[in-house]
Amino acid sequence: MNSLDPIAVFRTEAAECLEQIEAGLLDLTHQLDDKALIDAVFRGLHTLKGSGSMFGFDALAGFTHHCETAFDRVRKGQAPATAELVAAVLDAQDHMRALVDDPNGNHEATSQRLLAQLHAAVGGAGDAAKPVQAVAVTAPVVTDKRKTWRIRFSLPQNAMINGTNPLGLLDELRDLGECRILANTSAIPPLSALVPTELHLSWDVTVTTEQPRSAIDDVFIFVMDDMQLDVEEIDGHAVAATPDEPAVSAAPQAVVAPAAPAAAEIVPVKREVAAPAAPVADQRQAKAAESVRVPALRLDELMDRVGELVIAQSRLSQLASASADIGLRSVSEEIERLSGELRDTMMVLRMVPVASLFNRFRRLVHDLARETGKVIELVTEGETTEVDKTVIERLADPLVHLVRNSIDHGLEPPEERLAAGKAEAGTIILSARQSGGEVIISIKDDGRGINRGRVRAKAESSGLIQPGQQLSDAELLQLIFAPGFSTAAQITNLSGRGVGMDVVKQTVETLRGTIDIVSLPGQGSDVSLRIPLTLAIIDGLLVRVGAGRYVIPLSAVEECLELSLEEDLRSRGRSFISLRDSLVPFLRLRDVFRTGTKPDVHQKVVVISTGTERVGLVVDQIIGDHQTVIKSMSKLHNDVAHFSGATILGDGSVALILDVVHLVAAGQQQEAHLRAAG
Amino acid sequence: MSAKILTVDDSASIRLTTKVTLTNAGYEVTEAENGAEGLDKAKAGHFDLIVTDLNMPVMDGLTMIEELRKLPAHMGVPIIFLTTESDADLKARAKAAGATGWLTKPFDPENLVKITKKVLGR
Repeated sequence: MNSLDPIAVFRTEAAECLEQIEAGLLDLTHQLDDKALIDAVFRGLHTLKGSGSMFGFDALAGFTHHCETAFDRVRKGQAPATAELVAAVLDAQDHMRALVDDPNGNHEATSQRLLAQLHAAVGGAGDAAKPVQAVAVTAPVVTDKRKTWRIRFSLPQNAMINGTNPLGLLDELRDLGECRILANTSAIPPLSALVPTELHLSWDVTVTTEQPRSAIDDVFIFVMDDMQLDVEEIDGHAVAATPDEPAVSAAPQAVVAPAAPAAAEIVPVKREVAAPAAPVADQRQAKAAESVRVPALRLDELMDRVGELVIAQSRLSQLASASADIGLRSVSEEIERLSGELRDTMMVLRMVPVASLFNRFRRLVHDLARETGKVIELVTEGETTEVDKTVIERLADPLVHLVRNSIDHGLEPPEERLAAGKAEAGTIILSARQSGGEVIISIKDDGRGINRGRVRAKAESSGLIQPGQQLSDAELLQLIFAPGFSTAAQITNLSGRGVGMDVVKQTVETLRGTIDIVSLPGQGSDVSLRIPLTLAIIDGLLVRVGAGRYVIPLSAVEECLELSLEEDLRSRGRSFISLRDSLVPFLRLRDVFRTGTKPDVHQKVVVISTGTERVGLVVDQIIGDHQTVIKSMSKLHNDVAHFSGATILGDGSVALILDVVHLVAAGQQQEAHLRAAG
Repeated sequence: MSAKILTVDDSASIRLTTKVTLTNAGYEVTEAENGAEGLDKAKAGHFDLIVTDLNMPVMDGLTMIEELRKLPAHMGVPIIFLTTESDADLKARAKAAGATGWLTKPFDPENLVKITKKVLGR
């Protein structure tokens, strides 16, 4: 990614700008008179227009101009902020996004429609389409006519303080052609009254040039409004005759020059006064400015390198531990510590607050409320919780689906809510919190809850379950994750967009996460996604099963036990162990993987959990803690359900990473079968 | 020694364009994202020219210019502000605050260099 491509930078910035505008507008819908919000929206529009036209996005600039004008009027108190205006600009803002994405597309019709809407919203007070175009200092057009001009000018007294250097202006006049300059020093006060930073000179310049009159005006363009300037065309012969005050002709350089050092001299005196001027806000800003924006791709590359380093380091550790060389061992320990720290630092770099994810939903909820006619209040909690950037990106679509579901299926229309004794406005709570190595993101609504009867009827009619089949409540709710399952009586505009709960589940599982649903009839539903904080490197428990080595994510491991010979024999055929008075189903990985080897005498059980369900995994040996760089498996291995990835061990061999979710499900299934059989 | 220029703009793309243009023209460029940051950077170092946007969060360009002009060290340092054509009265206010000149957005990189040369005196 070339970070020095202004167009690319513009697009990123435009996207941010639009997000800022959108957020501002959405907030405005609740508090129309918030001056700070109005300013923020205006600034966003202004920047978008300004940089848009800089980078050739003329359609965008032209269109945005109208919205900006409307907001400028509001900002200046010339017009009130109305719900219609905010709505119109919200719509317009989507269009701007399209204009950024596809500047050459045919957007005319949409533009016109939205502008009409905007104009209607501001009561026709917006200004007529005014093309935005560059008018900067134009290059003088050279004509072949030589003319002589007499220019008399004096600058405002504070011109030099404000950065205008008269010498520069005189130089520019000299550049125009043959030039004669006289300084008029008559206004200079006596030394005792002289303020060195003030300008008291005026000039009389005669210049013979081929340039047009406008070239002279251009010289003074910045001071034109405040100065006295007389320009008259004179007869060319007059040039030689003009110098009636030859004594002062060399003055300008000499008189003006001392002013600069004089200005410098007073610096130490006044600095004391100026220093405490830095307000607290400045410091806060300075702190924020310390961040650096880096393309995600580079972070990923860095991550890869750190991953390789971790692998190399574990090889080193292995070699060192087998060596008697004390020096090598101590270096190896040092490297192990450093790479661990580097890994932790790397992790933090990739973390972003979920606020960036949650913010998108404000718009979605706003739109859905309008579409469905439901009154919805969106509450977000734990927005500062940080999650790996990749996780956030991949979660966006599933969350959209879940929020849509909550609004479409969960929340009742206002009348129904009132009839049920609930508040008219339904509440959607989007929350995030960290729990150990996982982040839990939940979407909670206070709607009608999942209708079990309908789920069952639907599942039976589509053949997912046998009519009358006994199911636990949890199992029944899990049915909504079956492919093609939808409880919506009809496919509305909201649901049926191609993403189903099965896709949601799949996505969450590829992130090595799990979904829990709690739903109480009449009280609403709570869908919780538990996702590991990061994807790239995990702490794992390295185990041996037969001749192969496997990694179990440490975050899922609850405890490790010895499987005594008696217990082993006793449990044969039953596959349960008693763990502090509760029975935990277990899987013999040797059987699952069909290793064909004889079990070790002292087998171990690793108890893993997905939060609510527990399963024991019987392994031959627990090797120990292992920092694991996850490498995803190829598409060919997509249907290998027991594994979520692979990793490279210190000796260069590959170990598979166990997919906890699948194993637990398999264990539960086995338990169910046994229960059914017994 | 090349002249040092401070550019203050909340738009990353404009900052980039400005920086590339001025750097290519042989100037040394420092960037700031808003008036407050610009003011801090100006206080911390010497600049031969300051180019600033007017509409910015935290501290706008007008306030920054006013604050800069209160600092004796920034007496006489040219300040160019970027403005759009529709900002006629903003232009007057910026000049009253102590700005030296302006450049109308959207600008041509060539114009920026030209105006830079103009206010820096070649």
